[in-house]
Amino acid sequence: MLKKLSLPKIRKLGFKYQLIAPSIIILLIIGLFPLVYTLVVSFQGITMMDNDTSFHGIKNYVAIADDTRFWGALFHTVMFTVIALPIELFLGLFMAQLFIEKLPGRQIFIALLVLPVVVAPIVSGATWSLLLDNRFGPINQIINWFMGEELTLLWTINPTLVYPAIFLAEVWQWTPFMFLLLLAALSAVDKAQLEAAAIDGASYWMIFTKITLPSIWPVMAVAILIRGLDLFRLFDIVWALTKGGPGTMTETISTFTYVKGFQQFETSYTGAVALLIIIILSFVVIGALRKVELSR
Amino acid sequence: MNAKLKKNFKTGLRLAGAVVLTILFLFPIYWLFMISFKTADEIYAYPPVWWPESLQFSNYAVLFKDGDAATVGNSLIVAGTSTVFAMILGTTCAYSIVRFKTGGDHLANWIISQRMIPPIAIVFPVFILYVWFGLVDTYFGLILLYTAFNLPYVIWMMRGYILDIPISLEHAALVDGYTRWQVLWKVIFPMCRAGLFATAIFTFVFAWNDFIFALVLTRTEVATYTVQVTHYFGGQSNFWGKISAMSVLGTLPIFFIVAFMQKYLVRGISLGAVKG
Repeated sequence: MLKKLSLPKIRKLGFKYQLIAPSIIILLIIGLFPLVYTLVVSFQGITMMDNDTSFHGIKNYVAIADDTRFWGALFHTVMFTVIALPIELFLGLFMAQLFIEKLPGRQIFIALLVLPVVVAPIVSGATWSLLLDNRFGPINQIINWFMGEELTLLWTINPTLVYPAIFLAEVWQWTPFMFLLLLAALSAVDKAQLEAAAIDGASYWMIFTKITLPSIWPVMAVAILIRGLDLFRLFDIVWALTKGGPGTMTETISTFTYVKGFQQFETSYTGAVALLIIIILSFVVIGALRKVELSR
Repeated sequence: MNAKLKKNFKTGLRLAGAVVLTILFLFPIYWLFMISFKTADEIYAYPPVWWPESLQFSNYAVLFKDGDAATVGNSLIVAGTSTVFAMILGTTCAYSIVRFKTGGDHLANWIISQRMIPPIAIVFPVFILYVWFGLVDTYFGLILLYTAFNLPYVIWMMRGYILDIPISLEHAALVDGYTRWQVLWKVIFPMCRAGLFATAIFTFVFAWNDFIFALVLTRTEVATYTVQVTHYFGGQSNFWGKISAMSVLGTLPIFFIVAFMQKYLVRGISLGAVKG
């Protein structure tokens, strides 16, 4: 088939390059040039006070190694990812199981349940700071009804409550994402196979682990990859709820970089941090893409 | 009979579960919308008021009077324009990658990996680049960045849709004397119309909902609605009325779009991995 195309292809050798040229140029301007620039800057000594472009070697990278605030931010980011991701996954799977069979009004429920996914993350952060407000928010009010006493829980200030507050917003927004993907995956599981197994007397758990899970795994892996990378760049929800506080307790890699680069103007240092993030993530992405079949 | 009863009971239980879940997931959205229609007295009432006495539009009136509502217009301009650019450039690029295997697997993988770099790592050097060229707080600057950021997504998605088009159609068109460009415009684009539409919507939503790029690259002139929302956060006292009204102005259009998009939602948010 493709052989037949080869004649016009030779005549217009440039055509395929004409098609990709604009995209590649833009990606190089916005993707590659900044990368190179970041690399250069990270070896200099530019700060708010001092526009020092002389070569400083790996000074900034050594400083990162000693910066407990950076490692704290990295640790928080990993924490958010490894805790929120399984919660969203299991909750999403549970919800998908609930909706897999016929149910009156199924389409309407699904249409309503996915709404949180399309809300801007900064807006969902703002929404949750409304909900969790210690005095005017409804959540403390509900807790008071159940406890039968006046409690004023400072969700975004109290060190033991900030993490639950962020998880609430995060899980609320993205569980429907997992739900939608897993529902699609579950719908594609071979019904005949499930029925045959049930007739043979296989238990629910057996059927789930031996037939359902292997069949939905490719989609699940993609969902985990997408959400995992999103969580790693977590910024908006944290920014709206705590701005990384109290102190630096909930600071993520992204909020840390923002503060360093755009509030403290530690340009060279931020360059080193940004580059380090890209390097760490590149390894994760390359490894993950090998395992996950993203598209055919 | 007994089996049927049991089945009905199970369905009832599932229905109850579905209702409870839907209420839980929609309550935050209800609260956000409801607050925007409250008076200041109702917003700052203790204990909180669960539904307003009457629908007040004063929070919205203030936004329009102060001109803050124009930030929604900014969102529309930058998200809309960048979507058009990203769609045209991305689709032609995807076509080249699919039909001519341009760049092989490496180019396709490099492009999708671009999508996965955290925005903060992109925006930091881009900001410095923009300062040099005077592009901070300009429509052009923001549109360029959104176009670039969305390109990998468009290329990746359209690659999937173009793969679905049978190559024999192109053969027929070429035999009929179409030029290569005509094949692209008159065969490929119309054939993947649904895919173009769905991908464009998601591209639009990404730009519309973005916060971090706009936060760094805008000041006052082209601030988008997401940036404007955060302007009402202030130390101890937040302007809840403005926050909620601004959020609703930005969220409502997205809800409308998504209502018409149910069919494409799964494929769109799963980067094309699930055909849905």
